[in-house]
Amino acid sequence: MNTRDIVYIALFASLMAILGLFPPFTMPFTGAPITVQSAGAMLAGALLGARCGALSVVLFLVLVALGLPLLAGGQGGFGVFLGPTGGFLLGWAVSAFVIGYLIDKFQDYLNGLSVVAIIAFGGIVVLYGLGNAWVAVAVDISYWQATVASVPFMIGDALKVFAVTGLTLAVRRTYPEGLRA
Amino acid sequence: MNLASGLYQDRASPLHRLPAGLKVLALVALGTAVFVIPDWQILLAILAAVMVLYGVARFSPQILWAQIRPLLWLLVVFFAVQLWLNDWQAGLVVVTRLAIVVLFAALVTLTTRVSVMLEALERAMQPLRFMGVNPEKIGLAFSLVLRFIPVIATVSHDVREAQNARGLNRNMLALTVPLIIRTLKMADDVADAIEARSYDSE
Repeated sequence: MNTRDIVYIALFASLMAILGLFPPFTMPFTGAPITVQSAGAMLAGALLGARCGALSVVLFLVLVALGLPLLAGGQGGFGVFLGPTGGFLLGWAVSAFVIGYLIDKFQDYLNGLSVVAIIAFGGIVVLYGLGNAWVAVAVDISYWQATVASVPFMIGDALKVFAVTGLTLAVRRTYPEGLRA
Repeated sequence: MNLASGLYQDRASPLHRLPAGLKVLALVALGTAVFVIPDWQILLAILAAVMVLYGVARFSPQILWAQIRPLLWLLVVFFAVQLWLNDWQAGLVVVTRLAIVVLFAALVTLTTRVSVMLEALERAMQPLRFMGVNPEKIGLAFSLVLRFIPVIATVSHDVREAQNARGLNRNMLALTVPLIIRTLKMADDVADAIEARSYDSE
């Protein structure tokens, strides 16, 4: 790990913190909040690669755990990890890793379709797989019930998948020399 | 958002003076304990004890309420789900369990400065040196984040103003693409600057 990697990791962790300042958009009908912040985890994986992407998410989460109010809505501290949605926070790091790994693996075949598929897999399948398991344990309901309860949030994340795909392709096109992945 | 102090609330209390490591260990112990205790009466007693600790730390009931408020509707939903699937005792167990853990964790955060927590973390990482983890590198990453959050916030503000002038202030892509590219460019410059000052990352 060289200096450049450390700087990229740190700057993307800061970027995730800034994304938390964008006002959340509330879904019509379901009332589920959509924040740009969880898109930050997908982006970190897609632009920094598996290792650096996951580490930048971990760095961001450690700062949240230490008591900085960096999560959207000014939340932070240990409590957010132990609460029912803690699995999703840890899941961000895993999903960044998976997205980074797949982007790297298929880097010769990247187009709108394949990037959507990769980011949807990492950002929804992997993330909700972990997050819902956590909810199920914390709240003592079955895995299936947790999955059903999370559907309104998945709609928001599906929108984010498309947004992040657009961003990833736009950044790769405009600034290819700055990419780690 | 006040970054220097984070969520910390200064008070003159014995809880504020306890070492950060001890508070985190207590949190881990309590977090484990409440998940093996299946009895709602014992859990309610623990919850009451945690609330008393907020008094010991000289926090007002408003601060206690502010910790549980963001979680309130979730707790109500969880209680309702348990009531529907099992009985009210099961609902009480789930809800008090979460309330205990979240309130105690918030108490640790509210009574410990971020800088103190960071020092404790760096000390705790020293044994990991033998596994190839370099605490100095991690320290560098932490200080970079704390320094760069305000810088990137300024960049974000600049981008927003520029796109506002173009009438693109509602376009998410127009707001985020320049922000990310400027962040990536800045990363290159910062890495060059650090290496130019002979920082040895190996």
